[in-house]
Amino acid sequence: MADSTSMKQKEEAHWAKTSRLMFTHLGIWFFFGFIIHMFVVPLNKFTIPILGFPLGFYMAAQGSLIVFVVMLFLFAKQQDKIDREFGFAEED
Amino acid sequence: MATETSASSSDFIKNLGKMYGTYTGGFIAFILVLAALEQFGVPNKILGYLFVFFTLAVYAIIGVMTRTAQVSEYYVAGRRVPAFYNGMATGADWMSAASFVGMAGTLFLLGYDGLAWVLGWTGGFVLVSILIGPYLRKFGAYTVPDFLSFRYGGNFARSLGVIVLVACSFTYVTAQIYGTGLIASRFLGMQFEVAVFAGLVGILLCAMLGGMRAVTWTQIAQYVVLIIAYLTPIVILSTKKYGIPIPELTYGQAIADITAREQQMLATGLATVANLKPHIAPFINYSPLNFFAIIMCMMVGTASLPHILMRYFTTPSVREARQSVAWSLLFIFLLYFSAPAYAAFSKLEVYTNIIGRDLSAIRPWLFNWGELGLIQICGKNASSIDAVIAACKAIADHPGVVRLQDFIINTDVIVLSTPEIAGLPYVISGLVAAGGLAAALSTADGLLLAIANALSHDVYYKMIDPNAPTMRRLTVARALLVVVAVIAAATAATKPADILAMVGWAFSLAMAGNFPALVMGVWWKRTTATGAICGIIAGFGLCLFYLVTTRYFPGAGVKYFGMTSLTNPLTGAPLVDIAKAMALPNAMESFPTLAHPMANKVGWFDLTNIACGLLGTPLGFVVIYVVSLLGKEPSAEMQAYVDDIRKPRGRTVLEEKTT
Repeated sequence: MADSTSMKQKEEAHWAKTSRLMFTHLGIWFFFGFIIHMFVVPLNKFTIPILGFPLGFYMAAQGSLIVFVVMLFLFAKQQDKIDREFGFAEED
Repeated sequence: MATETSASSSDFIKNLGKMYGTYTGGFIAFILVLAALEQFGVPNKILGYLFVFFTLAVYAIIGVMTRTAQVSEYYVAGRRVPAFYNGMATGADWMSAASFVGMAGTLFLLGYDGLAWVLGWTGGFVLVSILIGPYLRKFGAYTVPDFLSFRYGGNFARSLGVIVLVACSFTYVTAQIYGTGLIASRFLGMQFEVAVFAGLVGILLCAMLGGMRAVTWTQIAQYVVLIIAYLTPIVILSTKKYGIPIPELTYGQAIADITAREQQMLATGLATVANLKPHIAPFINYSPLNFFAIIMCMMVGTASLPHILMRYFTTPSVREARQSVAWSLLFIFLLYFSAPAYAAFSKLEVYTNIIGRDLSAIRPWLFNWGELGLIQICGKNASSIDAVIAACKAIADHPGVVRLQDFIINTDVIVLSTPEIAGLPYVISGLVAAGGLAAALSTADGLLLAIANALSHDVYYKMIDPNAPTMRRLTVARALLVVVAVIAAATAATKPADILAMVGWAFSLAMAGNFPALVMGVWWKRTTATGAICGIIAGFGLCLFYLVTTRYFPGAGVKYFGMTSLTNPLTGAPLVDIAKAMALPNAMESFPTLAHPMANKVGWFDLTNIACGLLGTPLGFVVIYVVSLLGKEPSAEMQAYVDDIRKPRGRTVLEEKTT
């Protein structure tokens, strides 16, 4: 019985951490998917040196995309770390 | 026997790098051989045929070699596709003819506003990874309706899942087969309808014998072809123009040049404020609401499309499913962040070498496309210099140089004509055609398989005959695949209009139908079967209602449902005069379809019907939440299953019998 209670606690702690990670990434996703593009007009006043892109245009054409790719590799790593911490990860 | 197969299959996985490395090298050598043949004077048409038939033959050979009679191989490729390769296969699955041929053209036309599609079709993978994909992998389903049925108490939820799946996948696959036919007819000179069915044979050869297993290994081969084909012309163009072979960096300069040229064109009367849409200015074609609504619907739709989700059922582990999503997006990113460069280089070419040119000095590359009716100058097909001069003479007060308002280009031309703009040999054009074909075929493969699997596994095996032996299940799956493919091809041969809108609808329908039920099923244990069923019906229903009403019954929408005209994002003026349109005798008619003055031009809140998912999805969430709370908590057993899905370790929840 004690065993199943501690399992329950472990599950809950694992899920709390997983949820927190999910909301963090959801927040970053929302910022780079939407919020930053709402400021495209003021951002376009800046030009990226050398390359010559207006910043607002650049964020939609490349900047946000790069963030999404990096985020996904990072997320895979972070979630795996959480799973390992609680012993819920699959064997390698 | 069993150990023998598993030993040989692990060898197979180990040798993947070598195999696909050799294949890529072989493909590049093949391009070089064709380039040499061109120098020896082999005609262009032969080169085009060689390209298409060689690549099709390779896909067919892979398809036949990887045929299978095992159920788990057929449905989920034996669940042992490594993350990296699954990412590549997903990339090919994802990028369709619309991405390959259409995206750059959309960006050319819409400028900044077109980036809504680029953002929407990439950011969604974040949602796939953090909210849904890995959990469905742990669940152990063969299809998305499998999950709905298990979590939400049986076959009613399953049939709803099948309806949503078929609705969105069929809309989508029709557009792909259409694209296949378009490319085949343009480069091989086949009749469009014949080309559609020829493309179909290619698709079936890959998917029919080996199911998911064959589709996976061909899609990887197709990804290699399509990415080489997409990047080659533009890398050469960038090197020629700016001396740096990274077009994604150099097109910043092209954009600055375009902006400068736009001002110059206005100053010299080559363009008017009314018809010039500045390339980098936002919210000219879409209002901010519709811009962000399209991004949202494409992103959430990504995370709800069954043919994408089921790709992550094939990885060996939950961990690899997550890594695989990251690889997928990286491979997709390679194409999507290059598309704006295509648009910018083409636009600069058009603005500097066509607009403002004396009519007799127009660059000859465009006459090939003018002959096909894809480029028009002064309202007539630009088939030769004489034709252009004659057409412009007919216009009163024409200054004798091409003005912006004289020039019309079909957006499909942008990618296909870049090799000619850059003055590259024909072999590169052939390569681009092969790439476009690979993009269309790979997506069509994945979609047809999703539909056929849902029908054979969910409808036939799970609902009609649960005792069907393996062989019969696979035979039914293959037969259905052919039937669905033929129906889709027949629909495509009728040339339904506007591919981008059709693809957009598919995303919105998937989003409204699947997303709330899938997310709540994993993230909220309290979600009940009744709640989810009501939520799917309400969300999908509202989205479908909005779509069908605004598209086919706009008169009824205005009269009974309080819809108003959409507005022009720049001026705020209504797109149609509703009072006048409603007074017309055919105002309430439905199926004179696109000819209807109000079709696609009315709605609520000024929201385009492409983004109908934005109405349906929130409703779906609310209904699931409220109805679930009203009902009894799901059984302890079900809640324990949900806990199981959340932990990667351990056996899958659903164990399919495989023999």
